[in-house]
Amino acid sequence: MSNPWEAPSGLPAAPEATEPRSEWHRLHVRMLVVRPLNEGVTALAAVFFLLFTGDGEKWRIIASSATVAAILAFSYFVWRTTKYRITDERVELHTGLFTRKQLAVPRDRIRTVDLTSKPGHRIFGLSAVRIGTGQQDVPGSDGLTLDAVTQEEAERLRVLLLQKGVAPRPAAEPGEETSAEPVEVPRSEVISQLDLKWLKYAPLSLSGLVAIGALIGLLTNYADDFGLHPVQSLFEWLFEDPSVGVIGASAIGLVVAGLVLSVPIYVMQFWNYRLTREPDATLRVQRGLLTTRSVSVEEQRLRGVDIQEPLLVRAGKGAKAVAVTTGLGSKGESNLLLPPAPIEVAHQVTRDVLKVDDDPTTRTLRPHPFAALRRSLVRHVVPWVVIAAGLAVWAPSWAWPIPVAIIPFAALVGWDNYRSLGHALDDRYLITRNNSLVRSTVALQRTGIIGWRIRRSFFQRRSGLMTIGATTAAGAGVYHVTDVGEADGLLLADAAVPDLLRPFLAEKSTED
Amino acid sequence: MLWTMQAALFWLVLFVPQLIVFLLVSEPPTWEVALLAATGAVGLLHTAVEPSWRYRVHRWETTPDAVYTLSGWLSQEWRVAPVSRIQTIDTKRGPFQQILGLATVTVTTASAAGPVEIEGLDHDVARRLVVELTNTTQATPGDAT
Repeated sequence: MSNPWEAPSGLPAAPEATEPRSEWHRLHVRMLVVRPLNEGVTALAAVFFLLFTGDGEKWRIIASSATVAAILAFSYFVWRTTKYRITDERVELHTGLFTRKQLAVPRDRIRTVDLTSKPGHRIFGLSAVRIGTGQQDVPGSDGLTLDAVTQEEAERLRVLLLQKGVAPRPAAEPGEETSAEPVEVPRSEVISQLDLKWLKYAPLSLSGLVAIGALIGLLTNYADDFGLHPVQSLFEWLFEDPSVGVIGASAIGLVVAGLVLSVPIYVMQFWNYRLTREPDATLRVQRGLLTTRSVSVEEQRLRGVDIQEPLLVRAGKGAKAVAVTTGLGSKGESNLLLPPAPIEVAHQVTRDVLKVDDDPTTRTLRPHPFAALRRSLVRHVVPWVVIAAGLAVWAPSWAWPIPVAIIPFAALVGWDNYRSLGHALDDRYLITRNNSLVRSTVALQRTGIIGWRIRRSFFQRRSGLMTIGATTAAGAGVYHVTDVGEADGLLLADAAVPDLLRPFLAEKSTED
Repeated sequence: MLWTMQAALFWLVLFVPQLIVFLLVSEPPTWEVALLAATGAVGLLHTAVEPSWRYRVHRWETTPDAVYTLSGWLSQEWRVAPVSRIQTIDTKRGPFQQILGLATVTVTTASAAGPVEIEGLDHDVARRLVVELTNTTQATPGDAT
């Protein structure tokens, strides 16, 4: 073991003396430039603002060059203090300038490898590697991330880290261009590929509107920095002279812009989308136009598939597929298997991914009792009634009809929500369907269920319903069978994982 | 067992914040007095009913195969975790629990959503339970994901 506390000295790339096959590697030296590019864009904007707004006074030039220097120095120190190595058992990462951090991940616990290249990375041929273990993502922590190494090195790491039971190849020469040894390009089986026809689902996914919202947020932020307050003045302007025409026109404008924008966004996110099965028993999703991502999931750890149908996409007979697996956060859609695409494709992908002849999510689902419809309607309508009542009492008189107008739609959603509810069980999977706005049909491996959470609220008890949550290490952690009849639900849970619930069932039936 | 003590614990937990509310308000307008009275009444009723109800509902059991709890009062929740999937076992004692000689045992599985909490155990029982669970867990092979 080398001493990780020892300050690196001499040439930047100089390795420390270590045991064979486990030299320390550094992130790539080009990161010096790339990190400022990726993260310092905001600062650069400020610099340009400083430089070009004044008359070139001396302090402006000094301040801006100091900023640039600080950014460069910071990224130099980050680069200087970060090193990683791969031993036979572990991946280790040491990082941090003021707070030293040492991360070690046992190699046999690695479940996923996620390669991301932002535009800044791509210009310089780099890639960030994120290694996921079985642990659930703690919000705010990135797990073990190497940001960044060369693309060849990233590819080498991906293959290396996901190979189980194979002795690691000797690490390449430390320093630059570590992948002097050839990375073999194994034959991989393509499961699904982007079809340009799928673009028609882009406008339905509302991503355009979301993007506009984000853009407006960003612009307002900048404007605020420069002492303008557009939102405030906009509202003042609107309230001084409220006119239906202006509001309507801008709403329509927003929607149209959203529809138009959504297409390039879809292209940007999912360009070159390819879902492949690699020879080392991993599933690999590659996608992206500007920011490219490649997510590899150990196939053995795949616990199921979640078919999601947002309302509008569902109307267009489309769906997207999401992997239910350990080691991937839902952050940045890293668990995505298939972008919005025709539902048949989603089923085909599910079949291929799970290696079954018949997509479990197409099973006929057992509907839930009538009482569930009542619960669903109440849940969706009552909040709006309360809001309407509240507004009628406390708000100006024009406000309360708005929630009242929404009530019928809420009732429709509630009804649709009830129609979506359902569950089924086959010899390998527990299937459950939930929700209306984003209808999600989950097929969860029965062996992946590691416990139950069975919940009955006061009203559910009165109508003889219960919500059964199957807890699992993968994906969202718990998948619900909502508002199922009590007898049905317990039978389901008992059948799905035999012997787990049985000892306690007698007690439950005497309970009521 | 110590269910009565646990009820007392809930009493305390619920009573103290209300006491603070009573003490903090000075020279209240009428609506505030009404609100205060309502809070007090509901609070008293709640403290009278809720702990014993919760206590009546609350139960737990461990078998060599699984850990099981039932908790809640208006909303009730069963949680079952098989011993073979247990990742960690924690014991936790808050200040009230220390006064009353109680402890909470939390059994965590690999799922982010599935910790099984057994609240208000007698401290000795909790210790024995932890030892017992640890032994059975260690005897079970596999990495529990």
